[in-house]
Amino acid sequence: MNAATRSATVLPARAGLGLKPEHVGEILETEPDLGFFEVHAENYMGDGGAPHRALAAIAARYPLSLHGVGLSIGADRPLDTAHLTRLRALIDQYRPQSFSEHLAWSTHEGGFLNDLLPLPYTDETLRRVASHVDQVQQALGRRMLLENPSTYILFEDSTIHEIDFLDKVATRTGCGLLLDVNNVMVSAVNHRTDPFAYIDRFPVGHVGEIHLAGYDETLDGAGDRLLIDAHGSEVSEDVSALYRHTIHRTGPLPTLIEWDNDVPALSVLLAEAARAEAVLDAARSWRADPLARRA
Amino acid sequence: MDQRAFAAALLDPSLPVPAGVTCARGEVDASRFSVYRNNVVVGLSRALGQRFPVVRRLVGDAFFDGMARAFLRASPPRSPLIFAYGDAFPDFIAGFAPAAGLPYLADTARLEAIWTRAYHAADAPPLPADRLLAIAPEQLIQVRLRPHPAAAVLRSDFAIGAIWQAHQADEVAALSVMTQESALVTRPAFDVRVHVIPAADAHFAAALFAGGTLGEAAAIAFAQDPSFDFGRALLGLASLGAFAGNPLQGDPT
Repeated sequence: MNAATRSATVLPARAGLGLKPEHVGEILETEPDLGFFEVHAENYMGDGGAPHRALAAIAARYPLSLHGVGLSIGADRPLDTAHLTRLRALIDQYRPQSFSEHLAWSTHEGGFLNDLLPLPYTDETLRRVASHVDQVQQALGRRMLLENPSTYILFEDSTIHEIDFLDKVATRTGCGLLLDVNNVMVSAVNHRTDPFAYIDRFPVGHVGEIHLAGYDETLDGAGDRLLIDAHGSEVSEDVSALYRHTIHRTGPLPTLIEWDNDVPALSVLLAEAARAEAVLDAARSWRADPLARRA
Repeated sequence: MDQRAFAAALLDPSLPVPAGVTCARGEVDASRFSVYRNNVVVGLSRALGQRFPVVRRLVGDAFFDGMARAFLRASPPRSPLIFAYGDAFPDFIAGFAPAAGLPYLADTARLEAIWTRAYHAADAPPLPADRLLAIAPEQLIQVRLRPHPAAAVLRSDFAIGAIWQAHQADEVAALSVMTQESALVTRPAFDVRVHVIPAADAHFAAALFAGGTLGEAAAIAFAQDPSFDFGRALLGLASLGAFAGNPLQGDPT
């Protein structure tokens, strides 16, 4: 990894992995050829110790994406300014190439529910989310990416399509979007919509990163397929196909493999990253030879 | 949609699915809302299991999950820093009637809570023990020492160090739990260490960590055990990484 890559201000359009503590030693020893690593910001908000030592070593060798899971941007209550201060300190310390958070909420009366909860899409929630994103970008002194959620329910009072909601937040605030292709598949199956149509209509000009992950599958109360965003297995074949469709439309984009539960050996994650990298390689060759894309 | 009602229904499965929640069929399907309930409960139980692995082994997965669920309903996290969730779990275990048959369980949890606090504590070089040797003996009793950010001491009526140590191995050897033990947790560099220390040394360390002078702390330790060895205890604690910074000589007032 050369100095130019380390000091880059954006993630490279390559495959990256979520950093797992159990893999740090092997990564530092073998320095696998990866585009970037991503970490959950909240796991590095302790004062010191092994987590910070590991992150500093990784950030010295690879571009870094900081991914928040605790900001609760979709909450109907003010953002936690102490948490914003912690995020700012982490960003100042590690200078990540990207910071992203979720279109979701997770706080209630001073407490934290530790899940990414859904919100209805209305004029009121749009105003609130846009104002929270403004506040985050102001407090962090940088542009953020906002991620589309995976959802299991719908709300009767939703009046705006999720794609339009995200597009409007991005347009109003100048934030970018993180397109989680697994979330697109999970929500589309769960709500009987077409995931390919979602990608075709998504405002891809705002997208700064893509997430891929594995889902679990069950049946709902009426026996309909219900996909669960589980992050505990390989990227499924239908999500891989949707990813190829996405990259065909967008061109190469930084692509993260998320695998947070039942974490396998590093070699398994590297194989997943290589699968995504092959799709990105193909897109790069289309760019070099536009005629090849039609084949 | 009222997020307060949504949050309440997440944590209390006896409440109905919140108003306004629907699905593509245009009907309420409780199984879909249950995914969120399950995510919250499973995620937090897993976080507690990662922070309290010895407690989990002592009681088994099923018992632990039940105890964790009871705890998280009573004390949901106050902060998004989930690695710090469960500081109140040891006290909850102490009052959790189904666990009354394992009286050492709460102290085991206290040691594990201390362990993770040490793991995430600020970095600091430990005070070298020989720095203390440079202080004139007549001045020594007025000296105060700064606790290392990762250091903590735990006194127990049970063999807390032996229990913890035995459960670091895949196969747990037989051990006697009904022995009083005191543990000192330190992290001189990046590895957290658990040491069993004499009871009088633990009283001594606790008094120093609370800001007492060496003289005050020694008096407390002597009251516990007339055979308390001041020099051995002080140099021992220092060499294990209990202190940081420079010794403060004289009375700061």
